[in-house]
Amino acid sequence: MEVGQMQRTWVEYTKSLFREGFLDGQFTQLQLLQDESNPDFVVEVVSLFFEDSERLLNDLTRALDQQIVDFKRVDAHVHQLKGSSSSIGAQRVKNACIAFRNFCEEQNSEACLKCLQQVRQEYCLVKNKLETLIRLEQQIVAAGGSIPIEELSFQGYKVKL
Amino acid sequence: MHWRSEKIDGFDLSPPDDEQVHVLAVDDSLVDRKVIERLLKISCCKVTAVDSGIRALQFLGLDEEKSSSVGFDDLKVDLIITDYCMPGMTGYELLKKIKESSTFREIPVVIMSSENVMARIDRCLEEGAEDFIVKPVKLSDVKRLRDYMTAREFRVKNQQIGNNNNIKNNNKRRLRETCDLSSSPLSMLFSSSSPSPSLSPSSLSSPSSPSPCLSPLPSPPILSYSAPCSPTSLDSPTRRLKMSSSD
Repeated sequence: MEVGQMQRTWVEYTKSLFREGFLDGQFTQLQLLQDESNPDFVVEVVSLFFEDSERLLNDLTRALDQQIVDFKRVDAHVHQLKGSSSSIGAQRVKNACIAFRNFCEEQNSEACLKCLQQVRQEYCLVKNKLETLIRLEQQIVAAGGSIPIEELSFQGYKVKL
Repeated sequence: MHWRSEKIDGFDLSPPDDEQVHVLAVDDSLVDRKVIERLLKISCCKVTAVDSGIRALQFLGLDEEKSSSVGFDDLKVDLIITDYCMPGMTGYELLKKIKESSTFREIPVVIMSSENVMARIDRCLEEGAEDFIVKPVKLSDVKRLRDYMTAREFRVKNQQIGNNNNIKNNNKRRLRETCDLSSSPLSMLFSSSSPSPSLSPSSLSSPSSPSPCLSPLPSPPILSYSAPCSPTSLDSPTRRLKMSSSD
């Protein structure tokens, strides 16, 4: 596949991720922070997010598995996950966390377990999407092209570099 | 002209090391630390990032009972930006400790929080916080801080240094500010007091460019109340306008 085609694929794929709500404007902020001096910034942050999230999801599973659930502890973990997903623009994960926190407040174990399932699902989805996106970017760069962030245009808003 | 192209061309206009704004960033989240560090660095700040209030105090030398051998001038922290919700010492507690210190109370402290709670914001401002940023932190937030720091340094320097050196400093300021096409913090205040273009938290829906060089994104109204500086009084750095009603 030639570079131009890869770039077009990247643009369409990125737009679809925004359209479907997987990513929000904060992700664009991260893309703007990447440049020649920091060419791997997005990959680095996203990797940290993956590590962080997997740790938190494990902690959550353990916390909800207890005989007596410590909802404050559960809430603290969800709060962290909500924060990091918000910081990278993983909108659906963030929203799932918001719903989760409501049930923590209600101290509803069953609902919390369902929320955990939901959060995990959203996380897996966005992880796949981001990995695909990053792979596309790496292919473009390897072929000598650049990532055409200026091609992203939403509701008449143009990203200018 | 995009400010970054000045570096790409090999012509480095970044101020010499002792002139750079040094920011101490405090956040327990690894992801957030990475992001804030990059946001600050791309805005020409020197950054020290720590993961807790305790570590921040250690860095400042405030936790030791004996006076630190490192003088305040050597450390030269120009701004502290801290998360509010942290295990152990909260950002609020850190703020209080800093404001209680005769050595460090003059350092502006900015609080970041994912929770947009009026009572929390008021409490922080009352305790002497310079500004309050609702997470997730964006380029426009950091740029606003950066412009505030530049203006503040400018005022301080003009107070302290005589006329001869003023000319030299004015030129330095002009160099640093050539990339800032947006003007004074006051004009930023006016532009950010316009209503948010949409209810969506996505900054993509805003009509202006997110480039750090051009006009800042209209911040949501909650941020517009903080007047980064009024050009006149040096002795009330925490003066700010009353918050306009938020949506």
